Amino acid sequence: MAIMSLLAASPQLSFTELRDTLQMTDGNITAHARTLHEAGYIAVTKAFQGGRQVTSYSLTAEGRTAFANYINLLEQIVQLSRPK
Amino acid sequence: METNLASDHLQTIRTLMERSALYRRALAPVMIASGSVGLVAAIVALFARVESSRSFALYWLIVSVIAIAGAFLLVRRQALKDSEAFWSVPTKRVTEALLPAFFVGFAAGAYHIFSDPQATVWLLALGWIIVYGCAIHAAGFFMQNRMRLFGWMFILGGCGVLFASASWPALRTIQAAHYLMGGFFGVLHIACGIYLYFTETRRTAE
Repeated sequence: MAIMSLLAASPQLSFTELRDTLQMTDGNITAHARTLHEAGYIAVTKAFQGGRQVTSYSLTAEGRTAFANYINLLEQIVQLSRPK
Repeated sequence: METNLASDHLQTIRTLMERSALYRRALAPVMIASGSVGLVAAIVALFARVESSRSFALYWLIVSVIAIAGAFLLVRRQALKDSEAFWSVPTKRVTEALLPAFFVGFAAGAYHIFSDPQATVWLLALGWIIVYGCAIHAAGFFMQNRMRLFGWMFILGGCGVLFASASWPALRTIQAAHYLMGGFFGVLHIACGIYLYFTETRRTAE
């Protein structure tokens, strides 16, 4: 959810940006990103910059829809329990 | 799912989305480099006798271009070192926040270069200081490390000198303008850079 939230606010984020913002280990980020990628929620781009490989992540259309649906669901739960 | 849990999740998502948009490059080197350029430029200006309105505006516009170019090179170097895109979304946001005030500053400088109004050169320096403070304050919404407070220092300091100049005519001279430029754009930047050097979150080594 944390990775999805960050990517929902930015068109694209690099591996290090995700890792530094979430303060997670490289292995953790890799594992979660792989799961999200396999589910079709995020796209992975690998490019060379300054002789080093840069891995970037972005939300796919499917991921954005799933994230929006999740937010709607949470909002509905909060709304339903509010006193009228 | 419980209501409290749903509410907590929404809050966490909101916080993460806000954090995603923040500019996270180390600012200490940028501040120290810009401050050093400003301080050296002020000392050189006093010794080189940059004393007309036109030369004052031209000289400090050139210094600002050098400082901005240096800042961009440092940021680019950090991006390359961290294997990140230089022109990232937060960098774009910060640049866009800085641009209007920078444009006003350059326009005021260009006006002084073309029309050479001797009487208002000290006001140009104060205008630059205040407008720069506004620029940093605007960019501070997309940055960490209390940059808005740094912007306020320029705004309040500039306004304070403006009011003080009513009582002290010496502040309305071109020499005072150089001192102000060196003090605000040099010393204040270096002081902020040293503060950030010790307080900025250290990035995890790869």
